Amino acid sequence: MTPILDVANLGIDFGGLQALDDFNIQVYNNEIVGLIGPNGAGKTTVFNLLTSVYQPSRGSIALEGKKTKGKNTYQVTQSGIARTFQNIRLFKDISVLDNVMVAMHNGMSYTLAEAVLRLPSYWKQEAAARRTAMDLLAVFDMQGVADAKAGSLPYGAQRRLEIARALATHPKVLLLDEPAAGMNPSETAELMTTIRSIRDRFNIAIILIEHDMSLVMGICERILVLNYGLVIAQGTPEEIRNNPLVVEAYLGKKDSDGKKGIQAS
Amino acid sequence: MEFRFKTRTKYLINTVAVLALYFFLMFLQGDVLTRYQSKMLIPVGIYIILAVSLNLAAGFLGQLPLGHAGFMSVGAYTAALFTKNVALPIAVSFPLGLLLGGIVAAIFGILIGLPALRLRGDYLAIITLGFSEIIRVIILNLDFTGGAFGLRGITRATDFTSVFICVVITIAVLHMLIKSRHGRAIIAIRENEIAAEATGIPTTYYKTLGFTVSAFFAGIAGGLYAHYLGILDAGTFGFMKSIEILVMVVLGGMGSMIGSVIAATGLTLLPELLRGFDNYRMVIYSLLLVVVMVFKPSGLMGTYDFSLSRSIESIINSRRRKAAKKEGVSHDSHT
Repeated sequence: MTPILDVANLGIDFGGLQALDDFNIQVYNNEIVGLIGPNGAGKTTVFNLLTSVYQPSRGSIALEGKKTKGKNTYQVTQSGIARTFQNIRLFKDISVLDNVMVAMHNGMSYTLAEAVLRLPSYWKQEAAARRTAMDLLAVFDMQGVADAKAGSLPYGAQRRLEIARALATHPKVLLLDEPAAGMNPSETAELMTTIRSIRDRFNIAIILIEHDMSLVMGICERILVLNYGLVIAQGTPEEIRNNPLVVEAYLGKKDSDGKKGIQAS
Repeated sequence: MEFRFKTRTKYLINTVAVLALYFFLMFLQGDVLTRYQSKMLIPVGIYIILAVSLNLAAGFLGQLPLGHAGFMSVGAYTAALFTKNVALPIAVSFPLGLLLGGIVAAIFGILIGLPALRLRGDYLAIITLGFSEIIRVIILNLDFTGGAFGLRGITRATDFTSVFICVVITIAVLHMLIKSRHGRAIIAIRENEIAAEATGIPTTYYKTLGFTVSAFFAGIAGGLYAHYLGILDAGTFGFMKSIEILVMVVLGGMGSMIGSVIAATGLTLLPELLRGFDNYRMVIYSLLLVVVMVFKPSGLMGTYDFSLSRSIESIINSRRRKAAKKEGVSHDSHT
């Protein structure tokens, strides 16, 4: 089986700082992969590289065998990598439905002239897009608030809307940047079910960054651990939990007198 | 079940409303208004086109262009030179000249937009401001534009009907544009450019498009202006003109077309209405602006947009609800 996303030797430097180096990952269809690590480890940098927000200094990214090098962010999205943001970036002053409809832009093909003259292609495509968008909102149980302004939604709903918007671009790989940030345990549990059902329903691969270990350990089939821009471990949740390097990265080394704690170095 | 008009009925309602407004204004001009007052309707229409088109770039796209008068002057001179130098009857050369003025202004829009839109906020404002000043100085120093003497002898072809048609076309085209996938892309850029790019919107393309369409209609307004006054002077297209148009957009509400229409009408007529106050009229004008901005910073209309058919729908619906309630009450009393 060929991987849907194939990243080889990826690295980027910001001036003298090596923010990421020698990052390799193969993601297969229908997989949920977790990306964890302490703050500043380079997790979001990986997402920014995958979506061409940054151009890598080294290495390559291939989606379904096609290299994404030199593409703009919107072209990468068109070719099938969608993302959400750590700090929510919704279109706050427009309706929930319109937020999703914006993301369906490339699913429609009518031209500017066809729009201004309101030709049949406009009506047909708009109606179809609207139906698809409503169906998508229904998956997230948000069809009731379709006409509300996105900015007026409660926090958890805004996070879900961001995922819905990302899905509206018909991605093959979905990148979720801390989807459970700021959620309470019951919301997190609900989110876990949602993420699983998204994978099953839309048949896509999901990579997620998350600090909530219950979520990461609960739904990821495979986990990569980053520290200081390097992958220090990868494997199943069980393997990661028992990996001494990971424990060290998060909690620090054991002192000589056997006390666990963060070592001042 | 809520009452909803069919799409075709909505278009019919709007067409009827536009025609009714036209004949109403024609009637006013014939019987009610003085000659001078009738004449004022033309600049009102021209300013509506300017404000609504600037609103596309400022309100919907979320940029801050300060060079709208520059595009207006390009359109004005292009249209005027065309009708002056082409051996066609004015009935033919005038609409052609307007269109050409719009196209040339749009070309300038692309040329200035491509580099300028890489910057945002204050920087874009300064670049566009610089551009409109450059245009003004160039026009002032060229021979075929009449230089400092101004361009004279332009046929006064602009009348109420031609302005009315242009206003209707401008508003209709911008409305159709905004309520489409292209318009949603433009609004998404205003809301959050990074998120727009990440949802697959080619942001550079749509920023340039919004800017160019905005310049196109400014050019049309310029052409109308040239054929209204019959004489062009580069000095009138200075910085203050751009500010004047921006004030209308901000006052009416960034992102509200009806707001721009109301503000453009009000601010064009206000100095005339205040003529009685003579020396104080500019003070009153400025005070009004300050008061509106203090009490309603989002502008008169915010981002609200008026829809005639939607208003009729909600009136019918609320009546039906009331009727249903009454029926329910009388039903209860019987049992």
